[in-house]
Amino acid sequence: MSLDWGEQDVAAAAETLLSITETGGELRVGIAGPLTIEAVARLDRQFRQAVKASPRQVVIDAGGVTALDSAGAWVLRRTSEAFSGRGIEVRLDGLQAEYSALLEKAFIPDPDVPTDEDRPNTLIVITARAGKAMFDMAHVGRDLFGFFGLTIVSLLGLLTGRTKLRFVALVSQLEYVGLNAVGIVSLLCFLVGVVLAYMGSLQLERFGAAILTVNLVGISVLREIGVLLTAIIVAGRSGSAFTAQIGTMKVNQEVDALETLGLSPVDVLVLPRLIALFIALPILVFIGDIAGLAGGAMISVMKLDLTIQQFLIQLKGSVDFWDFGTGILKAPVFAYVIAVVGCHQGLKVSGSAESVGFRTTKAVVESIFIVIVLDALFAIFFAEVGI
Amino acid sequence: MAAMTEESFTSDAASPPAIRLRGIRNAFGTQVVHDNLDLDVLRGEVLGVVGGSGSGKSVLLRTIIGLQIPSAGEIELLGEKIEAGRGEMPTRKLQGRFGMMFQDGALFSSLTVAQNIMAPMRERGGIPKQFMRELALLKINMVGLPPNAADKFPSQLSGGMRKRASLARALALDPQVVFLDEPTAGLDPIGASNFDMLIRDLQGSLNLTVVMVTHDLDSLVAICDRIAVLLDKQVTVGTMSELVANPHPWIQEYFHGPRARAAFEAPGLKG
Repeated sequence: MSLDWGEQDVAAAAETLLSITETGGELRVGIAGPLTIEAVARLDRQFRQAVKASPRQVVIDAGGVTALDSAGAWVLRRTSEAFSGRGIEVRLDGLQAEYSALLEKAFIPDPDVPTDEDRPNTLIVITARAGKAMFDMAHVGRDLFGFFGLTIVSLLGLLTGRTKLRFVALVSQLEYVGLNAVGIVSLLCFLVGVVLAYMGSLQLERFGAAILTVNLVGISVLREIGVLLTAIIVAGRSGSAFTAQIGTMKVNQEVDALETLGLSPVDVLVLPRLIALFIALPILVFIGDIAGLAGGAMISVMKLDLTIQQFLIQLKGSVDFWDFGTGILKAPVFAYVIAVVGCHQGLKVSGSAESVGFRTTKAVVESIFIVIVLDALFAIFFAEVGI
Repeated sequence: MAAMTEESFTSDAASPPAIRLRGIRNAFGTQVVHDNLDLDVLRGEVLGVVGGSGSGKSVLLRTIIGLQIPSAGEIELLGEKIEAGRGEMPTRKLQGRFGMMFQDGALFSSLTVAQNIMAPMRERGGIPKQFMRELALLKINMVGLPPNAADKFPSQLSGGMRKRASLARALALDPQVVFLDEPTAGLDPIGASNFDMLIRDLQGSLNLTVVMVTHDLDSLVAICDRIAVLLDKQVTVGTMSELVANPHPWIQEYFHGPRARAAFEAPGLKG
């Protein structure tokens, strides 16, 4: 016999016997067979039951133990300590000497560690989680506000000449967030213009007011669709890229390296991106507006039998400057939000690659959320001032 | 001690080796890593595996535990023959009798340390929840982690603690054979030598067979009974003193370099 155990022991463990007898104040716990995890898993309840008795003395007869693993050793030790802890004398008989080292090892220093069973009930957990989420949201808001301030200070430093603009970085970012986005922005705006005009004309035809499709397309594209769609595309495209770029630099300790060189990460990394988006987004919105109107024009020509000239005359009569102005005014604000959220999340990346992915997702969701909330506020504001 | 253990390993004909490799061949494309490799790992020994970078130490380990299927050869684990190329995971058949500690821990990052240790127990099934928890705490104590580490996530632990937690998970089901991939890499010298002692200690009390890939000469001197050197697509096994006397130039350089001399001279480390 040895400490080795194998298939035969696994089978035998199903037949390990535990006999508990009490005679004249002496509790006798007899074990026969391998005391390994299979056996203990089955007999655990009986062992727990046994320690509830209060005899005068206890004898654990381990003479029949043919194999022992750490689970078995622990259950022996737990059982005997449960009695001895209450001042009852315990004797361990017949355990083979080769197992004594293992028995020595089977020890939990602080059994009062909370167990899984001690978990509070589900309702409390859910409430606590909701509360924590609220606090987290408040913290995110506070952090973002702080970072917003930091970028303003940095921008003011630019005006006073304390920091200088990194021109090359700015141009390369402009190419990336502006020029390279022209294709996707104009295509999507064009398609949405087409859909708007098509669906609008189907409904308006019923009132014999099909010509008003032009007004519908003109006002909705210029006021809302153009800027909102463009902002969402840019948030998904460039906001996420800002987070991933800055986040990866953070992981590689490049951001720390910048700081040790006496350079502010906000000046070097955030400002060029911020300014590039500030310039590029209004231009992209303008392009998106034109593309959306072009989509509307195409459907008008095809479905309503208008000529291009008639479309343009109708459009000129239905929209004024402020329809375009309200749209384009929102663009720099959205640009600021997208850039600040993207860069902020990038700088919050910590350590792992997993964190980069998490922060990137957060940046996109957060910036689209704020953009839509701001858009709603703008709509109310413009309605109140009457433009 | 070396003399005694050596004798008990070689003369014990009744107990077959824990691991027996015969004619193993591993090749990736045209690059042959192992060719006609034979290796016996005896029961109850600590075998160190060394070799230069790219000599196939990790591939050897992966071959034994079934993560890499050799293109030829025979593997016998604890007397069970595993046929090459059958696509059968030997670890599945012998579930619970093997434990592996990966280099960076490979702890499941979404589970706490206790849950990590309980994962293999859960997989086996039939163990009461409270008892699993107790066993997890027991293993945590065995590997020398503080009890409050139980409910921490791997990301909240230091590198050394992660290695210990990983060892605890490897020991979850009281395996007979434990594989360690560079157990002391990335630890400071004190942490590394503590870890060596821990392995030695557990090996004694749990009667483990240990196969460890290591580059730590101190570990080799302190705890390994025998050392397997991967050379020229094959393996040369021997005790430290046998290898030191081996004339092969790579072995000479390995065991007679300045770092090796420092390890040999360190007092109190020789098993």
